[in-house]
Amino acid sequence: MKIAIASGKGGTGKSTIALNLAYILTQEDNITLLDCDVEEPNCYLFLKPEFADNKKVYRNIPEFSNEKCTGCGKCVQLCQFNCLALVKNKIICFPELCHDCGGCKLICPTNAVTESKQEVGAVEYAQINNLNFVHGKLRISEAMSPPLIKEVKNYANNFKNAKLQIIDCPPGTSCPVIAATEDADYALMVTEPTPFGLNDLKLAVDMVKELNIPFSIVINRSTKENDHIIETYAKQNNIKIAAKIPDSMKAAQVYSKGELIVKEMPEFEQYFEPITLLIKDLVK
Amino acid sequence: MKIAVSSSAPNLESSVDLRFGRAKYFIIYDTNDNTFYVIDNIQNLEAAQGAGVQAAQHVLNENIDALITGHCGPKAFKILSPAGVKIFTGLDGAIKENIEKFKNNKLKEALKADVESHWV
Repeated sequence: MKIAIASGKGGTGKSTIALNLAYILTQEDNITLLDCDVEEPNCYLFLKPEFADNKKVYRNIPEFSNEKCTGCGKCVQLCQFNCLALVKNKIICFPELCHDCGGCKLICPTNAVTESKQEVGAVEYAQINNLNFVHGKLRISEAMSPPLIKEVKNYANNFKNAKLQIIDCPPGTSCPVIAATEDADYALMVTEPTPFGLNDLKLAVDMVKELNIPFSIVINRSTKENDHIIETYAKQNNIKIAAKIPDSMKAAQVYSKGELIVKEMPEFEQYFEPITLLIKDLVK
Repeated sequence: MKIAVSSSAPNLESSVDLRFGRAKYFIIYDTNDNTFYVIDNIQNLEAAQGAGVQAAQHVLNENIDALITGHCGPKAFKILSPAGVKIFTGLDGAIKENIEKFKNNKLKEALKADVESHWV
């Protein structure tokens, strides 16, 4: 069972929800937490783990042999990512735009294309009590995160002792989020009761609908005055609000110190209970 | 000489489009006989990434000798420069006037990209 924690807008509390859920659920069982926000992973700041493994991840980038290339330009026409150009019968390649589709190599009539490996980043793993923790760290200046996100997910599949995977997704609705979310069985859409939160929630809801993933909403920093912003939308669209985590200065202070809210403030666990019940029901 | 000018409309009266990769049109002007034709750039205007790369390829396919535009990034520069295309950036206003300035050698050639690259 894979549960994606997604949001659309950044900073709504995806990692907060993922971490605190993981903490609650590991009191009873083994679970795996994946931090797939590889551009700026932050779960480790709260878990402070000693990593037991660090595995470098590479992607293929094409190289063109000037001797073999006839300058036919077929690869340039094929490339959907605009990373190739033909100048004076030679190929100029911009590997930072390459999505590693392999098309240029396949279409080349003279076998002028070979592949070399470029480091994308690393997958790290730590064991913390009942928690298998895996995250990815994108190499600085690298722009393509999906290959690394996929490796984080492959790595996490090794842990057969855990029935449940919680996937902390990147914000947004583009390729990295799709890579993190696409095979999830369920998605929790974390939002905040603000017009910005709602705007991006709508985009993220369209995304999970497109992916056919069942989902519900979690309102973080919930207040009586503002929740209607999200509630009206949820009602109009028949979307379940799974839980509301109240706005709390004390919780924000705990977070700012890199501590887990439910650990420091056990009274907050009740707000997570509807989610843990929902998850237990799904895992059954 | 053949010049490409990034343009917001398909005529000489319109202004230089400040963006190169995502310009709407390119005016291809021939200074030998003072004629021009227009190529559109819709495909690159809507590209998810690499608009500058493909716009550079697009104008290069017209065998141009010079480019007049607002801004030109490092990827387009890396393609046009070795192809021998002279690049003139920082320009705006009427296309007609810029072509006149070019003919009278009043434009200063850019020796490097004037904006940073963006990935997506």
